[in-house]
Amino acid sequence: MAAEHKTKLSKNLLRMKFMQRGLDLETKQQLEEEEKKIISEEHWYLDLPELKEKESFIIEEQSFSFCEDLLYGRMSFRGFNPEVEKLMLQMNSKNKAKEVEDETVELDVSDEEMAKRYETLVGTIGKKFAKKRDRANYEEAENGNIKPNKAKKMFLKPQD
Amino acid sequence: MAEAAAIAAESLAGSKARAARTVLGQVVLPGEELLLPEQEDAEGPGGAGERLLRLNPGARSRVRVVCGPGLRRSGDRLLVTKCGRLRHKELYWVDSQQKRYVPVKGDHVIGIVTAKSGDIFKVDVGGSEPASLSYLAFEGATKRNRPNVQVGDLIYGQFLVANKDMEPEMVCIDSCGRANGMGVIGQDGLLFKVTLGLIRKLLAPDCEIIQEVGKLYPLEIVFGMNGRIWVKAKTIQQTLILANILEACEHMTTDQRKQIFSRLAES
Repeated sequence: MAAEHKTKLSKNLLRMKFMQRGLDLETKQQLEEEEKKIISEEHWYLDLPELKEKESFIIEEQSFSFCEDLLYGRMSFRGFNPEVEKLMLQMNSKNKAKEVEDETVELDVSDEEMAKRYETLVGTIGKKFAKKRDRANYEEAENGNIKPNKAKKMFLKPQD
Repeated sequence: MAEAAAIAAESLAGSKARAARTVLGQVVLPGEELLLPEQEDAEGPGGAGERLLRLNPGARSRVRVVCGPGLRRSGDRLLVTKCGRLRHKELYWVDSQQKRYVPVKGDHVIGIVTAKSGDIFKVDVGGSEPASLSYLAFEGATKRNRPNVQVGDLIYGQFLVANKDMEPEMVCIDSCGRANGMGVIGQDGLLFKVTLGLIRKLLAPDCEIIQEVGKLYPLEIVFGMNGRIWVKAKTIQQTLILANILEACEHMTTDQRKQIFSRLAES
């Protein structure tokens, strides 16, 4: 038979760990906060008025890089050091926040080059499966089309 | 200069803090206090501040102010610590001149390797202590693949840690792990020392000296913010000419400089 009223559990029992597993996060957090608020006599605290936090709105910055737009420290002129000249363009344009889209376009291979590459692909893959003697045929004809045209060397019967 | 000094002396004697806005471009001396724009209104003439109706007298709309080199925070005001001209561009700072370098985080400097101890190099950067540089702070360096750095080499790197309480640390790598031109500076060339103000002047975006120097002959220059410049050209004579120009251009007028360049271009 169902109980008409729920058995009342004590506060200490409810605060025990196994009773709190079923609770959702919110109630758990509320319980934790309540626990913290209860200051027992053993808990020490400072009996001072609340100090107002001094919010400083002045930030100190010792670096000159924010004061003036300075260029990149390494420089090269008239092609003395090509790597440094490339770096100069890169770093100085970074400062001015220019978009560096031009570089990526150059790196892409054009369609024509791709087609040329694939023309000779047949030859290069064929080379892989050719026997050692046939590989020489491929190397000879690299300038033009690569075709293993040479006939196989057969046994020549000696003429009497 | 005498008038500027007299005005500055008056203000110090009167010990009245001036508004930072009014002092822009003028000479300031250490010990002066500067008011920021908001505080001017409150401390304005008479009871003008009180007459203004404020709903929340305590909470002012606070705009973040950044104070740069030569200025310090003292309470709500700025305290000047170096003598020079006050400038403003996003932040307030004092344009001063000095020869002694104090390490600052993020600065790119030229250092000389003085010692190799265990996993770190000791690099002399012209500050109060030698900076430490770990051998892993180079591009592509691993425990097995050590960088080729010897005692006496020149290093171009930046500071990772630089404050008055700790030994400065430098690295030759940026936050992404790329070198970006940092690392050991190549063979030959000449290293010499100049004032810090000249470095900043030469690295300004519109510096004519660098543009003219670049037209003379092929050369390479590295500027360190610690007052060190390394130059290299094809012959020793060209390198020495370049070094002399850069050292002397601090005290030359524009005309004198143009004369010298035209003479060089002829020869």
